[in-house]
Amino acid sequence: MSSLRFIGVSWLLQLKMIMRSPFDGIGNVLYPLFFATTAFFVFQAGRSPRTLVYAALGAAVMGMWSSVSTSAGSAMQRERWWGTLELLVAAPRHFSLVLFPSTLGLATVGIYNLAATLLWGRFAFGIHVTIVHWLLFCLSVGGTVLAFGGLGLLFAVSFVRFRAAWVLGNFFEYPVWLICGLLVPLALLPAWVRPISWVLAPTWGMNAIRQSALGGSPVNDLLICLGLGLAYVAIAVLVTDRVLQDARARGTLSLT
Amino acid sequence: MAAIEAANLRRTYKTHTGTVRRRAKEIEAVRGISFAVEPGELFGLLGPNGAGKTTTIKMLITLLIPTSGSARVLGLDVVRDAHEVRRRIGYVFGGERGVYERLSGYDNLRYFAELYGVPARDQKRRIEELLDLVGLKDREHERAEGYSRGMKQRLHVARGLLHDPEVLFLDEPTIGLDPVGAREMRSTIASLTAAGKTVLLTTHYMFEADALCDRIAVISKGDIVAEGTPLELKRGVAEVSVLEIEVFGIAEGATERVRGLDGVVAVAVEERGQAQVLVVQTRPEVELTHAVLGHLNGADVGRISRREPTLEDAYVALVKE
Repeated sequence: MSSLRFIGVSWLLQLKMIMRSPFDGIGNVLYPLFFATTAFFVFQAGRSPRTLVYAALGAAVMGMWSSVSTSAGSAMQRERWWGTLELLVAAPRHFSLVLFPSTLGLATVGIYNLAATLLWGRFAFGIHVTIVHWLLFCLSVGGTVLAFGGLGLLFAVSFVRFRAAWVLGNFFEYPVWLICGLLVPLALLPAWVRPISWVLAPTWGMNAIRQSALGGSPVNDLLICLGLGLAYVAIAVLVTDRVLQDARARGTLSLT
Repeated sequence: MAAIEAANLRRTYKTHTGTVRRRAKEIEAVRGISFAVEPGELFGLLGPNGAGKTTTIKMLITLLIPTSGSARVLGLDVVRDAHEVRRRIGYVFGGERGVYERLSGYDNLRYFAELYGVPARDQKRRIEELLDLVGLKDREHERAEGYSRGMKQRLHVARGLLHDPEVLFLDEPTIGLDPVGAREMRSTIASLTAAGKTVLLTTHYMFEADALCDRIAVISKGDIVAEGTPLELKRGVAEVSVLEIEVFGIAEGATERVRGLDGVVAVAVEERGQAQVLVVQTRPEVELTHAVLGHLNGADVGRISRREPTLEDAYVALVKE
């Protein structure tokens, strides 16, 4: 109960901090619109309304993913700069529990990215996305946010051990767009890429969101997405102690 | 049972030199120190920058694993029982870092109250009490980025006390504070032992350690060079005489040559505007004024005086040995 309360309170405070930063704010407002514009121009060539809806949803999840992949690394880096990382490690809560609300907060910003992209598509490009199953759509978005939070947690734990690993956050941003079928269907990718796609939650989250919006059945995709999210959390929890032990032995926690 | 116990505590760091031909180098930050702090005691770890104070404190609060030796806090091993140790100690460090600047002081405390598992029903009352104690009442809903250094420092103290820890580690808590802020901070620290807390304080201000601590260990280059009550430490260096010579443009190497004179206990140079003051501590029975002047290579000399040793001289003598 106390852990749930901790997650809730610190998720709220995390969102407060994100919303109070003018630079983060402008980035979060404008960034998804650039993705969406690029995707719409690329897909406009196809002239099919269904393709544009496909692109609109893809661009929305691209924004969600970018928010997590780039921000999870920089969030850890910020904790180092602020001198708060040592305070978090010196606290009695399990460190993975301390990090989770922070990455979940970033994934939550992704919901705004999704909404902004769809509205941008509607007003700037005239793309009307009609959601067929609203409830399933909302569940799919929520499930994807949770799974992204789990993946962000796994990233964040490794960023604690490797100081320069925040660069990897940026590195992972674009390949996932392709590998997880956010921009183009997976069927167009070489067969050897698919196993990589299958272990990445964005693949299944994207499928679930598209299926629920376009009238398919998203349940299996959503369950796999949530399952993978849980697996990321489990791996992060398991490696956290080892990562911290190593950082304490090397004395790297106070370095910026 | 001692509240804090360190036995042959040692910590080395690996660092690298060179870019193309990288060479690993090992730096010994703490060289096997031992000390014990009794429950309710305010113990000072006094030493210059880089002496090993912060490294020692970080081993005791479980942020660093000792290279060898052992340490116990409230009878718990800091490596094996790290989780339980964290639950029962508080940690406060000096400076402006360690605060979530975009959150208010109140939200900072609320977050750390959750982090330390302070029960929800007690949080509000506890935070209010601590805001009162550190004098941040009425400013608690402002963002911490607008706080002065002193206010941030007081916020740190409130954070360290949220879960009512039995042992408190204060790492240079008055660093960079103005005289009024530093005095207020010292009075807050003094009130902690009055409330029964065990406190380990690191500082490089002799007068601060003298005013606050029951016992002091002087640490220099990773070793404890003296330990005792402030009075005992002062007595240890009372047997010296201090010669002060005002010099305009002290020659390179002169300090080392003076230090090599028979009868010299310690030498320090203080900058005073255009001049430097050579402070030479000598054994009381020797008269070295002429010998010291002879080593200054004809530099312009101003006022020469002899005085009794102060607390600062005691400290200098210990850390320069």
